[in-house]
Amino acid sequence: MGLLSFRGGVHPPHFKEPTERVKIEKANEPKVVTIPLSQHIGAPCKPLVKKGDKVKVGQKIGETDSFVSAPVHSSVSGEVKEVKEKLTPSGEVLCVVIESDGLNELHESVVPKGDIENLSPDEIKNIIKEAGIVGMGGAGFPTHVKLSPPPENKVDTIILNGAECEPYLTADHRLMLENPGDIIYGLKAMMKATGVDKAYIGIEDNKPDAIKIMSEAAKDEQNIEVVGLKTKYPQGAEKQLIYACTRREVPSGGLPMAVGVIVNNVGTAAAIANAIKTGMPLIERICTITGKGVKEPKNLLIKVGTSFKEIIEQCGGYNGKPGKIIMGGPMMGLAQYSDEIPAVKTTSGILIFTPEEARLPKPKPCIKCGKCVEICPAFLQPLYISAYSLNNMHETAEKYNALDCIECGSCSFICPSKRPLLQSIRVSKREILAKKRKTK
Amino acid sequence: METRLIASSSPHIRSDESISKIMRDVVIALLPATLAGLYYFRLGAAKVIFFSVLAAVITEAVVQKIRKQEVTINDWSAVVTGLLLAFNIPASAPWWLPVIGSVFAIALVKHAFGGLGHNFMNPALAARAFLLASWPIEMTKWVKPGADAVSTATPLALLKGVEVADQSMPSMFDLIIGNVGGSIGETSAILLILGGIYLVYRGVITPRIPVVYIATVAVLTFIFGGFSFGNAIYHVFAGGLMLGAIFMATDYASSPVTPKGQMIFAIGCGVLTSVIRLYGGYPEGVSYSILLMNVATPLIDKYTSPRVFGEVK
Repeated sequence: MGLLSFRGGVHPPHFKEPTERVKIEKANEPKVVTIPLSQHIGAPCKPLVKKGDKVKVGQKIGETDSFVSAPVHSSVSGEVKEVKEKLTPSGEVLCVVIESDGLNELHESVVPKGDIENLSPDEIKNIIKEAGIVGMGGAGFPTHVKLSPPPENKVDTIILNGAECEPYLTADHRLMLENPGDIIYGLKAMMKATGVDKAYIGIEDNKPDAIKIMSEAAKDEQNIEVVGLKTKYPQGAEKQLIYACTRREVPSGGLPMAVGVIVNNVGTAAAIANAIKTGMPLIERICTITGKGVKEPKNLLIKVGTSFKEIIEQCGGYNGKPGKIIMGGPMMGLAQYSDEIPAVKTTSGILIFTPEEARLPKPKPCIKCGKCVEICPAFLQPLYISAYSLNNMHETAEKYNALDCIECGSCSFICPSKRPLLQSIRVSKREILAKKRKTK
Repeated sequence: METRLIASSSPHIRSDESISKIMRDVVIALLPATLAGLYYFRLGAAKVIFFSVLAAVITEAVVQKIRKQEVTINDWSAVVTGLLLAFNIPASAPWWLPVIGSVFAIALVKHAFGGLGHNFMNPALAARAFLLASWPIEMTKWVKPGADAVSTATPLALLKGVEVADQSMPSMFDLIIGNVGGSIGETSAILLILGGIYLVYRGVITPRIPVVYIATVAVLTFIFGGFSFGNAIYHVFAGGLMLGAIFMATDYASSPVTPKGQMIFAIGCGVLTSVIRLYGGYPEGVSYSILLMNVATPLIDKYTSPRVFGEVK
């Protein structure tokens, strides 16, 4: 079958060679973990433990009553050292610092939850919620919320995102190769939870081995279709992926459920399978540690709360002086100013640049070449939005649909003048949203 | 970690596209036609090209020095302007004509409006219009290809009915390879097309503007030129249409950025060119058509904003 795709997009170099054939390795046991109480989109958790408490692996240590939120769990057994604000990949957040006793004693709640056949949709959703599962592609939206669309939105399709269109990252690729069974199992659980009987697993065609293995794993499932996607950035962006698989366009400002679709990452599906089969909440994840700035690039199974520094040391340490540390991929990842931060549920990659690669290009005048307009997957005109933003004309920027920007960064990537297009559009988006909140 | 690292906004990688790479590609695309100009018009062409490019580069450097800006002559954009201007001047022109043209193009049309990317007209074309209005005789003293520099008329002038002693219409073959009278760079249609294909291949331009522009002229000159295929094809290959459609109308700063806008722009250029050529008193129509559409570009862009992904109609 032909490759599915969307209109627009760019072709950044893949840089996946260093880790795409490297098997997932279990990372060393951390001695201390720093677990942020907010690793998701939504309300932050309140701590359930205090200094001096003994905790076990899988024990819930943070929770809130808000619906849009996800509890957090301890990834080690040991003693709570402190509960305080600490630097995390997304800024200063209240964290629970736990010193491991090295025993990894399991908490009583960590028991198999039964089989999909015997679980009701609500039971499955509750397991997912209790396991603190969030979107593992990077955004970290609580999965149980995604799986509970309001009744007016009839969802008929689930799409699993195995595109992994970000350069450098291979965590999802390796997961698909090494654990296809759990992905299918988790997908079936989601289908049952939502009563959906059609699912796609979308994989970019630069991973033919993953397409083959996933197709093999799904061959007995009538309702699950593995589809090859054209290798193009941002193929894994939610709205672009939905369009590629179903030809449906999520309305401007709307959510995927408006067109009857739920998108989840393959890693999220595997985490759901794990939560049902073993009862283990989301306390570890696969992470690609790569880039020219690290000696031995690897795919590691890391515990939430392990410090970046420790993880990087396990990959042979820095290759010379590091220039930039990015959580996630190079197109949408978050640059970090320090390595003394914990890995979280959404740490799909740790990318280290050399100082040479980290050097920021000098912006030149816009020559109106129109390349950003040609490639924008949201069909915007980045050059104009950016120009209005830089002149503080955020209202005009809004008229140019700044809020429809998906922040994929393709415009900044392609710009021959190296202009800070996305950066300035982000500023406008923030200003527009702040104003909207004020007038509400 | 003792030192804080750079924490800039994503994306963290950039493509290897750059202004100088794009402009260098345009120069490369212009080379075949430049060589053809040198071959057909010999020393005269060499002189005009040399003075035009040199004056453009020097003017850019001087203006940027005066404005206390970074001197960016190594981005090749002044070279492109100078070369394009030379393409629009007859080989018989005196040396000062391209110099004045280049100074006008760079200092007035480009830098007075804010420099690279801000010119609202194609600098080379605006300079050509300026020269044509100021020195109409020098700007239309066409010579026959070859060493002797015998004066001649352009194919379009002949088509318009200009009488020149013992001269017949050049053959279609001569027209396509450029063995006819005309400005230095406009005559060899086939080599200009070759340059255009290179630009499309390199992703510098999309075929949208050139193809739509040329197709519009072909269709209109066919319909209003007496339903003659020969006439339409003659119009397509004669004069400055190839040069204008491929290299002038595609100027980034003075053409629309939206795909729909580019179509409207190109159709507008085609309509104006056909009208001027068929009904105007002037045999050529390309440069004024493009200049007029240049001025309409901001308006076109404004009204052709693309439909946003997921926009509800």
